[in-house]
Amino acid sequence: MKLVTAIIKPFTLDDVKGALEQLGVLGMTVSEVQGYGRQKGHTEVYRGAEYSVDFVPKIKIEVVIDDAAVEKVLEAVVEAARTGKIGDGKVWVTPVDTVVRVRTGERGTDAL
Amino acid sequence: MDTGDTAWVLTSAALVLLMTPGLAFFYGGMVRSKSVLNMMMMSLGAMAVVGVLWALYGYSTVFATDLGGGLLGKPFEFFGLDGLLAADQLSGTIPTIVFVSFQAVFAIITVALISGAIADRARFGPWLLFAGLWATIVYFPVAHWVFDFDAKDADGNVTEAGGWIANKLAAIDFAGGTAVHINAGAAALALAIVLGKRVGWPKEPMKPHSLPLVVLGAGLLWFGWFGFNAGSALGANVTAGVTFVNTIVATCAALLGWLIVERVRDGKATTLGAASGIVAGLVAITPACSSVTPLGAIAVGAIAGVLCALAVSLKYRFGYDDSLDVVGVHLVGGLVGTLLIGLFASDKAPAAVNGLFYGGGVDQLWRQAVGAFAVLGYSFVLSLALGYLVKFTVGFRASEEAEVSSIDEAEHAERAYEYGSLTSARGTGKASVAAGATAVLEGSNKS
Repeated sequence: MKLVTAIIKPFTLDDVKGALEQLGVLGMTVSEVQGYGRQKGHTEVYRGAEYSVDFVPKIKIEVVIDDAAVEKVLEAVVEAARTGKIGDGKVWVTPVDTVVRVRTGERGTDAL
Repeated sequence: MDTGDTAWVLTSAALVLLMTPGLAFFYGGMVRSKSVLNMMMMSLGAMAVVGVLWALYGYSTVFATDLGGGLLGKPFEFFGLDGLLAADQLSGTIPTIVFVSFQAVFAIITVALISGAIADRARFGPWLLFAGLWATIVYFPVAHWVFDFDAKDADGNVTEAGGWIANKLAAIDFAGGTAVHINAGAAALALAIVLGKRVGWPKEPMKPHSLPLVVLGAGLLWFGWFGFNAGSALGANVTAGVTFVNTIVATCAALLGWLIVERVRDGKATTLGAASGIVAGLVAITPACSSVTPLGAIAVGAIAGVLCALAVSLKYRFGYDDSLDVVGVHLVGGLVGTLLIGLFASDKAPAAVNGLFYGGGVDQLWRQAVGAFAVLGYSFVLSLALGYLVKFTVGFRASEEAEVSSIDEAEHAERAYEYGSLTSARGTGKASVAAGATAVLEGSNKS
């Protein structure tokens, strides 16, 4: 099993979620996060003063999937999240040892 | 006595009283969510202290027999408002005790205005101490200079002398551009210097946590300001009508002026700018509302809106943390309104004086300038002295830890927004006995 973590622009969340649903991904965890990548932050002007905003608001999506689905999922997420502009985000894949469904005690892919 | 006049002044007093809770919302919305209550409590604290002092010796210091030179009234002539309750005690066409109530709420709001300069970092007790000292040593004398007019007999001879700015100098300050706004604005600058910058200022943005509260506050202030300006006519008459209309149009023009500056300078017109523009316009028209025509009021408002919007950036250049722009709005707005009388006053308005642009020459302009800068200088120097007095005796500023975590929690044991928390405290089921001492001890251990 693999954990796919995607950092995306907040307004692309609906598209990414739709694309994952179409692939039959059954669950996901979403959090509001802040951070920066190569683009660093940006500057904002408010009430006559300029501020540098170091951390930009992003959405983090986490899904655990079967090994066989990794390529399709990556493709779907990247496709849905891409605007072509700087700051579109990143997706990475990490191996997962085991997963347990709390209600039934099922393990492994049965628990997904 | 005139019942219509009396009813209007009583109503106006209630309107002006509402301005201070309104100010609490205006300021409260502008701070970060962790220090809303401390901000609002400074307004309520000013009500508590100044309202009581007003009845004890405040009114007397402002309006009793002049001690000499138009500088101060006898503080204890009407101690506890003694001798002012009889039906035949009149101020013009209204009972004196009604005038007492109207002027009481002016004293309260003036002190409360200062607090915006020291948001997020002032301890509550020392603020109350400062409020009492400042009202006594700065506001009461200055209000005497500006608001206490000579009493005259039927032939125009002075029977009882009042304050020097109102009478000898004859500067026009209808409702308090000098005594209220320049006065509070100069004190705000002094306290911003005494208390120093907030942790993280000016690098961190520190944006307002609730602009809806700011707009609510600005609305309440504007509503109450009709009592402030039109009520200062001290009668239900045409002067009240003219000042009322000027209080509308000048404020609208200032709102527009501020937003245009923001759009041009920053790219966007902000809600905070709209609310600030409202207050800037109200401040500027306060001294001028009886001496300009509605067109003059539009000019005064527009100029104030533009200049105040530019002035709020000064703190970054000079490095003083006037957190909520009391200097930029009240000191600058007060100066603009007070000085522009010298240019825009028209004898068609109730005050019947012509300024420079209406053929009156510079006579009124220099009187306005002397009045404005006398109040500015007196207030700034004494506020600085009183601020340092409080700072070096009981201490004025909260600890850095309290400021960073939450001054609301540290000073008032409350939070404005109690969201559920994993680490919320559990009750012990015991009533708190000798709460003060133990709470202080426990609070410092936990935080």
